[in-house]
Amino acid sequence: MKLVVIGNGMVGHKLLEELMAANHADLEITVLCEEPRPAYDRVHLSEFFSGKSAEQLSLATPGFFDQQGLELRLGARAVGIDRARKQVLTAAGETLRYDKLVLATGSTPFVPAIPGNDRPACLVYRTIEDLEAMTDWGTRSKVGVVVGGGLLGLECAKALRDMGLQTHVVEFAARLMAVQMDDGGGRMLQRKIEELGLTVHTQKSTLAIVDGEAARHRMQFADGSHLDTDMIVFSAGIRPRDELARQSELGVGERGGIRIDNFCRTRDRDVYAIGECALWGGKLYGLVAPGYEMARIVAAHLGALMQRTQAAPLPEFAGADMSTKLKLLGVDVASIGDAHGATPGSRTYQFSDERRQVYKKLVVSGDGKQLLGGVLVGDAAEYGTLLQMMLNGIALPEAPEFLILPSADGHARPGLGVDALPASAPICSCNNVSKGQLCEAVGAGAMSIGALKTATKAGTSCGGCVPLVTQIMQAEMKRQGLAVNNHLCEHFACSRQELYHLVRVERIRRFDELLARHGKGLGCDICKPAVASILASCWNEFVLQKEHASLQDSNDYFLANIQKDGTYSVVPRMAGGEVTPDGLIAVGQVARKYGLYTKITGGQRVDMFGARLEQLPSIWEELIAAGFESGHAYGKSVRTVKSCVGSTWCRYGVQDAVGTAIDLENRYKGLRSPHKLKFAVSGCTRECAEAQGKDVGVIATEKGWNLYVCGNGGMKPRHAELLAGDLDTPTLIATIDRFLMFYIRTADRLQRTSVWRDNLEGGLEYLKDVIVRDTLGLAAELEAQMQQVVDSYECEWKKAISDPQTRRRFRHFVNSDAADDNVAFVTERGQIRPATAKEKRKRSRRIPATVEAQ
Amino acid sequence: MHDSMATRGWTAVCALDDIVPDTGVCALVDGAQVAVFRVGERDLYAVDNLDPGSHAAVLARGLVGSLGERIVVASPITKQHFDLRTGECLEAPQHSVRAWQASLRDDGQVLIGTVAR
Ligand code: SRM
Ligand SMILES: Cc1cc2nc3c(=O)[nH]c(=O)nc-3n(C[C@H](O)[C@H](O)[C@H](O)COP(=O)(O)OP(=O)(O)OC[C@H]3O[C@@H](n4cnc5c(N)ncnc54)[C@H](O)[C@@H]3O)c2cc1C
Ligand code: SF4
Ligand code: FES
Repeated sequence: MKLVVIGNGMVGHKLLEELMAANHADLEITVLCEEPRPAYDRVHLSEFFSGKSAEQLSLATPGFFDQQGLELRLGARAVGIDRARKQVLTAAGETLRYDKLVLATGSTPFVPAIPGNDRPACLVYRTIEDLEAMTDWGTRSKVGVVVGGGLLGLECAKALRDMGLQTHVVEFAARLMAVQMDDGGGRMLQRKIEELGLTVHTQKSTLAIVDGEAARHRMQFADGSHLDTDMIVFSAGIRPRDELARQSELGVGERGGIRIDNFCRTRDRDVYAIGECALWGGKLYGLVAPGYEMARIVAAHLGALMQRTQAAPLPEFAGADMSTKLKLLGVDVASIGDAHGATPGSRTYQFSDERRQVYKKLVVSGDGKQLLGGVLVGDAAEYGTLLQMMLNGIALPEAPEFLILPSADGHARPGLGVDALPASAPICSCNNVSKGQLCEAVGAGAMSIGALKTATKAGTSCGGCVPLVTQIMQAEMKRQGLAVNNHLCEHFACSRQELYHLVRVERIRRFDELLARHGKGLGCDICKPAVASILASCWNEFVLQKEHASLQDSNDYFLANIQKDGTYSVVPRMAGGEVTPDGLIAVGQVARKYGLYTKITGGQRVDMFGARLEQLPSIWEELIAAGFESGHAYGKSVRTVKSCVGSTWCRYGVQDAVGTAIDLENRYKGLRSPHKLKFAVSGCTRECAEAQGKDVGVIATEKGWNLYVCGNGGMKPRHAELLAGDLDTPTLIATIDRFLMFYIRTADRLQRTSVWRDNLEGGLEYLKDVIVRDTLGLAAELEAQMQQVVDSYECEWKKAISDPQTRRRFRHFVNSDAADDNVAFVTERGQIRPATAKEKRKRSRRIPATVEAQ
Repeated sequence: MHDSMATRGWTAVCALDDIVPDTGVCALVDGAQVAVFRVGERDLYAVDNLDPGSHAAVLARGLVGSLGERIVVASPITKQHFDLRTGECLEAPQHSVRAWQASLRDDGQVLIGTVAR
């Protein structure tokens, strides 16, 4: 069978995946893709602005289009369909024969017919190219307007705001998100958004766009007012791309859309239409989940046609539920089912808290037994429960208002145990995964959210179902008698976060005390270092003092990194990578005296390898005398603050990058944390210090500093994200204080900021809420805790060498001054390296002659 | 201590106070490197110091703890666990080490049993 698919968007691509997975023998597919790249994740398009590349957004797995029987033509647009000859005509003048044809052409943004709408910097928001244009104009603009206050419009407004533009939303209707929200919800949403510094104009109809005075354009409104702006993005709805269908008379709706039946067939039995271009039962669906469902239906239909065997009844499209939950500009918004109470006889319950800015509404059936819909603004925690109640027709409790009222004493929230859901309940609508399928996958061994995603694909598209998927996984594991826990280890039945809390609240200062109160056994190599780190983050006592010494990982116990042969490396701190000639000479002298291998690290400092345990104290004595301090290369603590030369020397630099890097490194040196922390400071946007790959990245701007957080190199690189922009230096430091302490409080053991951030519910917006906007009211406390650590800093090596008790531990033998005869070096390129096992065997073993036994 | 080697005599290697509770030290006994551990105040254990996983003489520098009923040390390089009573390597039995006898003399000296050769 020759199949032609027009459009390689999200839905068209889902069809290809389904068909290829079924391994049909005689299927030849040609895909016409108008865009210059294969399908990408439009739903997460906005993440392009936070650093996701086009490749990262791609939906095509590597090698996907290399498969036999599949041909992708990029930059190829279909311009006509000859249904009589069963041919598609392309813009390049080619004709392609088909047995079956699928239209998956999506839609285009609707641009209202306003004179001047084609001026420069008047844009739309749909493709990667659109976003590139926005970024480009964004750098040359101060003010931006989004026309349209719907779901996409608000997402777009967020992008403009994040670019640092003064942002306005112009909406024709009387409220934001008019489709999903009622008046109360729309009003609350508007208030919250305005508090974030955006300006919302409702009931504005634009008459013309002309030259502006204060900015590039002026928008003239019907009420006589006007607004000057540098750029305009139209997000006033979408129109199905049905031009091919119109021209080949496939049948389109009055207001557009290609008419399809339950199998997604058009009036021509050989032509299907799926996704946003398709009109089913008079409805267009602008969301990805119904489109995916259509793709699955067509894949099954084509499969049955090719196999010609009588199979189970084919799936049919039966409409889709348009409930949505989003975080728009950091505001939780959800709309469920019949949000407007349009069902005859329905009743509503409303709750509104003007102070906390929360609005909630329920729509229930006339008899009060069934939930029909709802609206949630400001707090959408109940979304999952309410949605499942509605979809599965679960009987409402006696007093349904308690579903949305804040729980007062005595009234437990009537939650929906996931146990109440039938196995058939659809949990992930994007990927059509039911509760039953999830439970089955758990039974087959998928016992983490990652494994469950891989096994079922649930939660991999819009992500909205992840909390519910997690709940179901945990409930199922419990049901199967499997241990569900985030316990640190067998000695402590709680998570690192809980332990941190206990240590703080009960002011516990010793491992023994914590173990006696909250643990059992002796502890182990998991919990001891984790608790040692918590104690150090909280109270910052010397890590080698008697009560703490035995908790430290080997590297911390000897304040150096152990190497493969049992020797150690020595890394003095060179804050910001700055070192004087005298400092370099001193390091060189020490290295030469002790015969150490020397190398420049990836962290802008010098590392000396091959030091024996018993040499460490005297090496450090000499380094300290030359003015150096511990570089904490061994600790789960602040490693380095990389810098570029910045404005001091560089012709492009706009701020003193080196000075700030040094100040930051000196402020946070010694801070113990769940995992190591790396910083960098760049003097301008050229970013020579690679700050966007660091846990904390600082980039100079004309006005101050942009602060990026949660970047990572290493095993799984992650771009850092902008937490706050144009900060002056004191605000920069206060913000970093809060960020670091919040991470230390809440992260898991050995969880870098990148992984912590990826697991943080609420994501970047939540982080901004807590750190920048201080919505939890924690800022002062976090800053004070950091100040306490900063004030109690002492160089660990200085303490270690000046304390005779500690110093005595740095010996290989407790009863001899002999050296470890197992260590052997050979010379390479003029320096030492550990001998290989073979080289060692060749040497005669030196056996010490005396044993100092008493 | 059924897996320990037959003991001929005892060698005093250090004072109990030379070992920080819940840590180890390395002692030279008859030319062999022995990792000696003090668990809690007075319990003593000893195993070979050489870590068969890394071929480095480092077991004395590992973290001491318990796994279930076993008292173990974790290799600082490979993180494998060794049962301090028997020397058994929990993760890779082929990496097990020898256990030595250890005891505390009345004068506070730590004694290691020397081995029949
Ligand atoms: C010495 C150095 C390599 C070099 O010769 O340049 C190095 C050496 C080690 N790295 Fe590294 N890393 C060094 C820079 C880096 C960098 C580059 C940077 O910091 O700009 C990275 C990638 C950036 C990042 O971390 O995001 C890096 C990513 C890692 C990772 C992977 C971390 C991750 O999140 O995926 C590990 C493993 C770990 O920490 O669990 C690691 C672990 C290690 C350890 C500690 C492995 C170990 O346990 O023995 C190495 C021992 C260091 C020693 O003995 O002193 N090293 N390591 C660099 C020391 C920098 C310093 O001055 O302190
Ligand atoms: C910024 C943004 C955020 C969104 N967020 C969400 C969300 O949170 N949740 C949600 O469910 N949905 C969301 N959507 C909607 C979702 O992206 C769409 O529903 C989905 O992409 C529809 O898939 P499709 O394949 O029908 O159309 P598209 O993905 O638009 O693909 C159609 C493709 O066909 C191509 N094409 C058209 N005509 C031709 C031709 N003649 N020849 C060759 N190729 C052609 C187009 O160039 C395009 O590449 C969002 C959309 C945007 C733009
Ligand atoms: S980041 Fe800027 S200031 Fe720093 S070296 Fe590069 S160009 Fe110069
Ligand atoms: S509902 Fe969208 S990913 Fe599950």
